[in-house]
Amino acid sequence: MAVGRDPRAVPQQPMAGGGASLTLQPAETLEVPENTMVTTIDSVVNYLRKYSLWPMPFATACCGIELMAVGASRFDIARFGAEVMRFTPRQCDLLIVAGRVAMKMMPVLQRIWQQMPEPKWCISMGACASTGGVFDTYAVVQGIDRFIPVDAYIPGCPPRPEQILRSLMDMQAKIQKGGTVVGTSGLPELLEREKYIAEKRMAPIGHAIASERGDEDRFGYRLPGGPAPLSAEESR
Amino acid sequence: MSTATTEESTASDPHAETLAALESALGEGVFTTSRFRHNVRIFIPPARLHQLLGVLKSQCGFDWLIEVGGTDYQGYPGRTGTRFEVHYVLRSTATGRFLVVKTGVDDPDPTIPSVVPMWPGANWMEREVFDMFGIRFDGHPDLRRILMPEGFAAFPLRKDYPLRGRGERHNFPRLTRRDT
Repeated sequence: MAVGRDPRAVPQQPMAGGGASLTLQPAETLEVPENTMVTTIDSVVNYLRKYSLWPMPFATACCGIELMAVGASRFDIARFGAEVMRFTPRQCDLLIVAGRVAMKMMPVLQRIWQQMPEPKWCISMGACASTGGVFDTYAVVQGIDRFIPVDAYIPGCPPRPEQILRSLMDMQAKIQKGGTVVGTSGLPELLEREKYIAEKRMAPIGHAIASERGDEDRFGYRLPGGPAPLSAEESR
Repeated sequence: MSTATTEESTASDPHAETLAALESALGEGVFTTSRFRHNVRIFIPPARLHQLLGVLKSQCGFDWLIEVGGTDYQGYPGRTGTRFEVHYVLRSTATGRFLVVKTGVDDPDPTIPSVVPMWPGANWMEREVFDMFGIRFDGHPDLRRILMPEGFAAFPLRKDYPLRGRGERHNFPRLTRRDT
């Protein structure tokens, strides 16, 4: 940042003999007018974006109640400029998935994500949205990040409102750091994360998750019908 | 499945009149009953189910169908009867009494007659039983899945269906940032 009118500049002495002659010298530093900052367009755009997030609440369970508390006066998400909750994805740029997502709901969630205009971000709120939580059953999706991109995860069951505000601040830091005028493809963490997920998907069958999860009998209870055989899709 | 306890005197048994009416309408030995405290359960083969429910509704005052549910008894200890059981909980709006009617069906292709013509409220309840257990209801006007998605192939509350499913919850397209 450069500020105009350098006070150290020595005023030009008029030449001997008087008269109205003027000498020009090249300035050593760039002269910037007063009350002016120099920055990049991307930085300004990101600054504006991060303080005017419009969340799209996708609340399917008890996390939604905490999300409502965040919107109310005690915790007051308006302090962070994100109070404009719209219930249409066309007007939103921050998807907050609060609660478990059943397999009947997943196409709906994907449609909503696709309907949101760029740039857009996604917060996976709570244990269920992030991992399926305790609902490891045939109908519950085991983490929405398998099917849509996620920028921030909030642990907790359900998370405290403060955690949601913390996550919002993290999102703001992330938005300020990455992104360009034309989109969000430049977020470095996202690229890393997506590369990691792509690697996981390429892992051989039964290698990654199946070995950790396919041992339900270890607590001594048996599943009706015997333990579930993990398919190629499920073991990833 | 124990048979009726006939020791109780008819004077103290609120269901004695109903059971006598049923027996005279359907004949001896068509159904069996069992009791637990104040509950009376009537077991009837699917072929006579409609007739029995019709008598209960029109003659005995059990005009309100509260619930239709299914059970899968596969692997149940000591079970000798059919694999599936469908139960109907009836209530009399005049006297407030309850009655449970049960019918059993077996693999393959379990099918029982629908009671939607008798109680339109059974529509969605029978759809749920069909969705969860795969029991077909003959004469149902609109037997579709009600809870699971249309494309779902299995019947998840059957005991031979694994708790975690067969990978159905993972068969979705994966959206990345580059796609959208």
